[in-house]
Amino acid sequence: MKIGVVRFPGSCDEVDALQAAERVGDAELLWYADHDLRGADAVIIPGGFSYGDYLRVGAIARFAPVMEEVERFARCGGPVLGICNGFQVLCEAGLLPGALLPNTSLRFLCRQVGVTVASVDTAWTRECTPGERLSIPVKHTTGRYYAPEPVLDELEANGQLVFRYAPGENPNGSARDIAGVSNKGGNVVGLMPHPEHAVDALTGSEDGIALFRSVVGAAAALAA
Amino acid sequence: MRARVLIRPKAGILDPQGQTVERALPALGFEGASNVHVGRLVELDIDDLSQLDAMCERLLTNPLIEDYEIQLPQGESASEPAPTIQ
Repeated sequence: MKIGVVRFPGSCDEVDALQAAERVGDAELLWYADHDLRGADAVIIPGGFSYGDYLRVGAIARFAPVMEEVERFARCGGPVLGICNGFQVLCEAGLLPGALLPNTSLRFLCRQVGVTVASVDTAWTRECTPGERLSIPVKHTTGRYYAPEPVLDELEANGQLVFRYAPGENPNGSARDIAGVSNKGGNVVGLMPHPEHAVDALTGSEDGIALFRSVVGAAAALAA
Repeated sequence: MRARVLIRPKAGILDPQGQTVERALPALGFEGASNVHVGRLVELDIDDLSQLDAMCERLLTNPLIEDYEIQLPQGESASEPAPTIQ
């Protein structure tokens, strides 16, 4: 089991994601300019400021060479997780519905938030229990999840709302307290909070490891 | 050919930047400004105007959250009429 973590120019959370992944299996950095996932069984698009957030968050990174491979991998059912900027990239790439807009406060936020697991039918939450509350940090300026109302209704009906901010903890004005969503197949998940920063009691919470454990089981199920 | 693409948040989507500017104006004594929105301007020299709409749809804007308007020097037109603003 190997998790590949993409490194774009301007990524900054790829090493934390790599180290979190190493707690559950092998992990390797993937270079943005390569057409190569190096045999990874799962892929993480990490947080940061890919391409300096120029034009729009995620807009340029989504055309990086490695993303062609990520898209192909995702469309074949491969597990892909986008964290923060990675979530923005996956939305821009059309692998996930919706878009991320500036926080209503227009401020950069960095704080621990309560996040509820709303769907365990995804590659990245299958080891969680429905309604489980995770303590995970957010740190972003552009995290307000948006999709048109009919799309939100559809996502809700399909069980594609995977993570929600706990009541009263929505930090950025996201529609329906949405912290993370999945594609229809549940193999592609994106979220604004950073599970890779919550895998060791040293930094206040180990709750984030649940996502990494989940994908180990998902990858094993795919391989079987 | 020089072209300009004006990009603005779609109507109906909360625009906290516009709201903040709108609130700042009266604080400076400017009254009577409302419906303020903040967008982006992309200027470019372009050989083939017929490609500009595709550029806007694929990269320059995110059609889910933004509208755009193409401005050309007088007398010129893109092959497709530029989308109108909502």
